Amino acid sequence: MRRTVIGVLVGLVVVGLLGLGQAGTPLVLTHASSLQNVALTILGDAALAPAIMRATNSKALVDATFYRISRLDEVIPAGAKLFIPEKTWAQAFLAVWDPTRVEELFGGGKLVVASWWTAGGEAEGLEALFRLYRELHPDVVIVNATVAGGAGFVFKAVLKPRLIAGDPPDTFQLHAGLEVEGYSPEVYLRPLDDLYAIFGWDKVFPPDLLELMLYKGHYWGVPVNIHRSNVLWYSKEIFARYDLKPPANWEEFFQICEFLKGQGIVPITLANAGGWEAPHLFETILASTLTPEEYRGLWTGATPWTHPGVTRALEIFKKILDYVNVDYAAHTWDTVLEYIAAGRGAMNIMGDWAMGWFMAKGVDVGWAPVPGTQGVFVALSDTFAFPKRAANPINVMGWLAVCGSKEGQIAFNMLKGSIPARTDITPEEKAQFSPYLQSCMEDWARDAIVPSVMHGAAAPESWVVDFKDAINLFLVTRDVAGTQAALVAAAKAALGK
Amino acid sequence: MWLKRRREQLLSILLVLPSLLALFAFVYGFIGWTGYVSFSNWNRLVPDYTFVGWTNYERLFQNPRFLITLRNLGVFTGVFVGGSIVLGFLLAVLLDRRIRAEGFFRTVYLYPLALSFIVTGVVWRWLLNPGSPQMGSAGVNQLLEMLGLGFLKSGWYTDPRVGIISVAVAAVWQMSGYVMAMYLAGLRGIPEELREAARVDGASELGIYRFVVLPLLRPITFGALIVLGHISLKVYDLVVAMTGPGPGFSCDVPAYFMWEITFRANRFGQGAGVAVILLLIVSLLIVPYLRLSLRREVEV
Repeated sequence: MRRTVIGVLVGLVVVGLLGLGQAGTPLVLTHASSLQNVALTILGDAALAPAIMRATNSKALVDATFYRISRLDEVIPAGAKLFIPEKTWAQAFLAVWDPTRVEELFGGGKLVVASWWTAGGEAEGLEALFRLYRELHPDVVIVNATVAGGAGFVFKAVLKPRLIAGDPPDTFQLHAGLEVEGYSPEVYLRPLDDLYAIFGWDKVFPPDLLELMLYKGHYWGVPVNIHRSNVLWYSKEIFARYDLKPPANWEEFFQICEFLKGQGIVPITLANAGGWEAPHLFETILASTLTPEEYRGLWTGATPWTHPGVTRALEIFKKILDYVNVDYAAHTWDTVLEYIAAGRGAMNIMGDWAMGWFMAKGVDVGWAPVPGTQGVFVALSDTFAFPKRAANPINVMGWLAVCGSKEGQIAFNMLKGSIPARTDITPEEKAQFSPYLQSCMEDWARDAIVPSVMHGAAAPESWVVDFKDAINLFLVTRDVAGTQAALVAAAKAALGK
Repeated sequence: MWLKRRREQLLSILLVLPSLLALFAFVYGFIGWTGYVSFSNWNRLVPDYTFVGWTNYERLFQNPRFLITLRNLGVFTGVFVGGSIVLGFLLAVLLDRRIRAEGFFRTVYLYPLALSFIVTGVVWRWLLNPGSPQMGSAGVNQLLEMLGLGFLKSGWYTDPRVGIISVAVAAVWQMSGYVMAMYLAGLRGIPEELREAARVDGASELGIYRFVVLPLLRPITFGALIVLGHISLKVYDLVVAMTGPGPGFSCDVPAYFMWEITFRANRFGQGAGVAVILLLIVSLLIVPYLRLSLRREVEV
């Protein structure tokens, strides 16, 4: 390869998007040249020529001033306007592109994004990611394939048959952690280790999260956010009226409950129409009666489920059930918050997506860790996965690049009400977030991180179902010993010992 | 002559063959395949057809939730089928009195049938919303309060003792009009002379129904039983839309459990086991009916 094409004029620089690792620069050739030469001269690697072809053709679809390249070995005439992608994007393209799929060099196509984000806040967050993606890839048609339902339990059931049938969406929402086991990733998903290395994600995501993301030694999803599950929300109005302080431990909690019950207020509101809300509450109690190491051990087999901490958690849960609203079975996690909005309920334990609801309704709530979980962050994270048989792999790669980028994470999380998974958020960028999220970011950096069960981080799906069923039965039987035995059996079935 | 008949026979077989083949492939083929999966070790997303004998069934019957769903199914079927038949019959008898605006009432009673169970479920979820002392009552409970019948208030589907019965109430609301239409047609088919004769013989009005009308309506009762019975065994959408599994699985039914254990917990083998058990229960109902109707056809 001769380095002859030197007279290259770098054209206008697209402002504002540089640094995303996925933007690029238009370039007008002064001399006729092969694509390989352009790639070698500008990007330093002739092998990246297909990436330039794809990027230029993508632009040409929406902007007629760009040259349309019809073959990889075409000699590009002088005066042709090309689009040179950034080197990281070009490398990622090469990693994902299957050379037998020539049609991928011509741009366009669809991007089917499947998620369960339909409610307020989350739908807007997703739309923000779409906006960023459209700016970079205006040639691609985004198809927003959502299936409603908290914690995604309907969504997952719809997705699985499509994976088995070989007709998956291009990318889909996946909780970080062992949830991926339920999708048999080694068969149905594409490992993302190469993209992690190219985009440097293995350096910008926190080590705890990276460890959570690893399953069978590979990364299977790109995290977009972090949520906290162990938050106690309380009505500031009611707490001020009776001069109460957020409880630091369960003794104080039950004192407050007893007092509020006497005032005709529901002390702690509970929902369970979806069947996951009560088990969610229980997992946060587990995090309070066990140390972080013991809690983590429950899911690895290091801590036996016969542990007295589990018994104590069940007893606390049983006692809480004396102070909840009677109609909990008719409420979903969001409708039950109406109690607090109406001043008829004082407290609620729910993940921090509840903050979005409170903000939308203009309810002034206070927050504290669930009693006994100070310094513990029960975490979950949403990621996007890459099915092996995705119909539009290059579009998926571009999507994951947006998801993992700083701009994408900030735009998404401000609206979703969660915190960016990336660690390189500057103090100025932090200041744009709400006070709750700022405090959450501080806790995330400082606290012990443990994985959430009900949100897919700690255990595979089949175990989550057994866990959930045992707790749902407990709501009626209130049988501590029997439920603990069921939890022991569930662990045995899942861990095989 | 003989040749012509033979050719006609051949032609008719050829005409039926495509649908017959499709039927065998898509109905009986899949039933067989489901049965096969229920004995396999397919308990991950990736299919695994290793034969494991009765393991899946053993696991199912060790699962307290599955046993609860079977019990719920029994209660639901009893309340739903019984309620629909009794209510449908009463409505039919009342309409049969040649009341004014019969057409209007007939339409009103029949109309719920036109809705899907999803719509019914959503409507009744709101109607039977229990409310709470702090937030006030809603729907039926509010109505009872306004009528001074507050002591009749119930937690409905949030009360583990009556959960599945509330679901059955919604199903009765939807299907009783259909049963009414069947009975009404039957009642109109009973000649007035028979009743006259009974009256002449000194039978009371109640006695006429007991000894003349009901026996004559037996085929209709039987038909209603079959139709309602298999609807009740398949019930899924109503539960999904109205309650979900409910507190302590008090509203759960096998079909819902099958969906969750298959596509949520990835235990495809056990899910297939539930399907096979449901098929066996349905066949308890359908097989006597088929035998009866086949025999009748032979007699004719």
